[in-house]
Parts: sequence; C-alpha cells; structure tokens
Amino acid sequence: MVTESSIDVKKIWEILATVNDPEVPVLTVIDLGIVRDVQIKNDLVEIIITPTYSGCPAMDAIALDIKLKLSEAGYKNVKVISILSPAWTTDWMSEDGKQKLKAYGIAPPNAKQQVCHNDLFAPNEAVQCPHCNSYHTNRISEFGSTACKALYQCDDCKEPFDYFKCH
Amino acid sequence: MTPLIDYILHLADSTLILAQRNAEWCGHGPVLEQDIAITNISLDLLGQSRNFYQYAASLIGKDATEDSLAYLRTEREFKNCLLVEQPNGDWAQTILRQFFFSVYQQLLFIKLENSKDEQLAAIATKSLKEVNYHVRWSSEWVIRLGDGTAESKSRMIKAVDGLWTYTGELFEAASYELLCSTEALREGERAESESVGIDPSSLKEVWMKKTAEIFEEATLSVPENKFMQTGGKEGKHTEHLGYILTELQYMQRAYPDSTW
Repeated sequence: MVTESSIDVKKIWEILATVNDPEVPVLTVIDLGIVRDVQIKNDLVEIIITPTYSGCPAMDAIALDIKLKLSEAGYKNVKVISILSPAWTTDWMSEDGKQKLKAYGIAPPNAKQQVCHNDLFAPNEAVQCPHCNSYHTNRISEFGSTACKALYQCDDCKEPFDYFKCH
Repeated sequence: MTPLIDYILHLADSTLILAQRNAEWCGHGPVLEQDIAITNISLDLLGQSRNFYQYAASLIGKDATEDSLAYLRTEREFKNCLLVEQPNGDWAQTILRQFFFSVYQQLLFIKLENSKDEQLAAIATKSLKEVNYHVRWSSEWVIRLGDGTAESKSRMIKAVDGLWTYTGELFEAASYELLCSTEALREGERAESESVGIDPSSLKEVWMKKTAEIFEEATLSVPENKFMQTGGKEGKHTEHLGYILTELQYMQRAYPDSTW
C-alpha cells in the first residue's frame, strides 16, 4: 500500500517510462515527450499529458494505460489531465526514442527548424532510410498509416518506410 | 447559450461536418495514398472538433458532453458554414472545398492564437500545425488539376462554379462572431487581436489574395461578383445537412445513451 507521505515523484516517472505508445510500441510516453508534468497533491497523483495530433486516437488508450500501470504499482488515486498548450512538437522526442524508432524501421523526425515550411511542391526533405542509411529517398505521400507519419521509399534499397514527420 | 458558446460551437460544427464528408472517401480515394491523405485530414478535423465541443460542453455545464453536442442537436442548431456540408462530388470538388476551407481556417487560427480566451488560443495553436499541412496539400492539388489535362481542368472549372457561392459566408460575421470580436473593442482598451473571437470579415482580403495566387498558378479564373448563399452559421442549411446528420447521429438516435 502506498501511503500519503511515501509518494515519490521519481518513482512515478519510472513507472511512466514503462507505458508504451499503442501505435508505435517501441516508444514510451516519455520518449514521445507527451508527459508534460507530474504533480502530487496529498494522495492524488496528477499526470499532465498533451496530444501529438488533435485527432490522435491513441490518446485515450494512453491515458487508460497510465492509470492501469500506476494502479498496479499501488497508486489508486490518479488523474490524467490533457492540456493543449504548449502544443506538442517532435523536438520533444528523446534522443533515445529516435534511436529506438530507427531500429524499429521508422525514420525518426528531422530537427524542426530544418524542415517545417509551407512551400508548395517543395523538394523532399533529406530523410535517411532506416534500413540502409541512404539519403536517396523519396516521399510517396505526406500522409501515412497514422497522423504522425509520412510514407517514403528508398531509391537505393527500394524498401518503403514510414517517416515520423517533423511537427 | 452565451455568444461565446455559440462561437465555439460554430467552429466545432464546421470541423465536424467536413470531417464527416471527407470520411465518406474512406476506401474510395482515387489512389491509395490520397485515400489515406483525405482520411488523415478527416481525422485531424475530427480531433479539432472534439477539442471545441469539449470546451463548449465545459462552459454549458449540466449534462452537456462532447457527444451530446455532436449527436443530439438538430439541423437548425448546427452552425457550420454551408461550404462544408456540400457533397463530395468528384475529387476536384472535394479538393476545392478543402482548399477554400483550409485557407480560411489557417487565417482564422493565426489570429485566434492571440485570443484572450486561453483555451481557444490553445486549440488554435494546436490546430494550426495540422491546417498548414492541409493548405499545402490542397493547394498542390488545385494546381495539379487546374493546370493538368483538359479533363481535370474542366472538372476544376465545374467545381469552382458550384462552390464559389458558398465562400462569401465564411467572411460574413454571424451575430455571435460579431459579439465575440467587438466585446473587447467596446471596452476601449484592447486591440482586436486581444478579443475573444475574430470578426471574419477581417480575413477576406488575405483569403482572396491567396486564392487568386493559387488560381493563377492553376490557370483558373476567380469568379467575379457572384451571388453568395449564406445562412448556415445561423442554422439555415442546404438540404444536404439533414442527410449528413441522419447518418452521423444514427446510433445515438436509435439506441439512446449507447456506449462503446
């Protein structure tokens, strides 16, 4: 049983680091950068999260998972609060997370200042193929299997791959 | 209902109805990648509408939820603009409808980011990142089809003819838009950028300029002085909205309070 005085914020963060994104299961919610704060109020644990995209259907599952994992560890009084501001950006993704994405076969997001522009028919940003490391890649579609990804193909190894797009 | 609640609902309704229209393409897109693109846009818009509905529900209080607002209001209560309820037609009509709406949304949210209402500002900032994608994607398609083959061009011209009459409404302030955007001015101490809402007439000039730019590249003509159909934002809709709501609200109407 966890008593009022024993709630350790560090312990909460450790548990959060075991909650995965249901759509990209190699990433934890910490890797994604969507956990913005943890607040302890007496025996109440408040987890502040922010959505990646407005319509991301994983957010409800993530909130449920956070409650479940904390409940298993004995924290029964948990509130998950979703905030919109400041808006999530891929710049909040951890370096560790980017490495894990690449190993999983998804090209990690490029740094934001490098690519976020609104020019029409802009040349493809240089995205490295997660399979053979070539930069000779082509965007097939700006929209992919989930809101956060675009579809690319490598011109060298010919493999199609997802790119976690800069946002 | 306060003007602020009506103001939030009109933003929620327009995004919900366009999300529903775009979702009709699911499994029917011209090619797989574009099928995925239009449904991704649908999902973004649905997410935006949920944020608006949740905020409106919190202000209304009592038993209001995002679901009751989306599923249990009638046509006359919906405040979406007429543009978004127009049928998908062919790909050209869908693309053009998206382009007109996304450019309007982009200009609106750039201003709404500075709303003195913190939650509206937060939703605007969040949504704008997504809308920027939509503007780029739909602009490219307008150009690709307008400056494409004889067939694609004739379809774009037909789309412009059919949809132009619904664009005027975007910039004609409904009563609640006026009340939300002038409140601060009446206090006499804040600039318009710090009011709660935005007077949409202030967006018209830039919207026309952007549209003219893209149309020029697409070798399309901007129609002049055409009659503008209005009323949606005050609850007076074309016959299409009833059919959309019939489908969208079916489950809650047939099985009240059912949940997943």
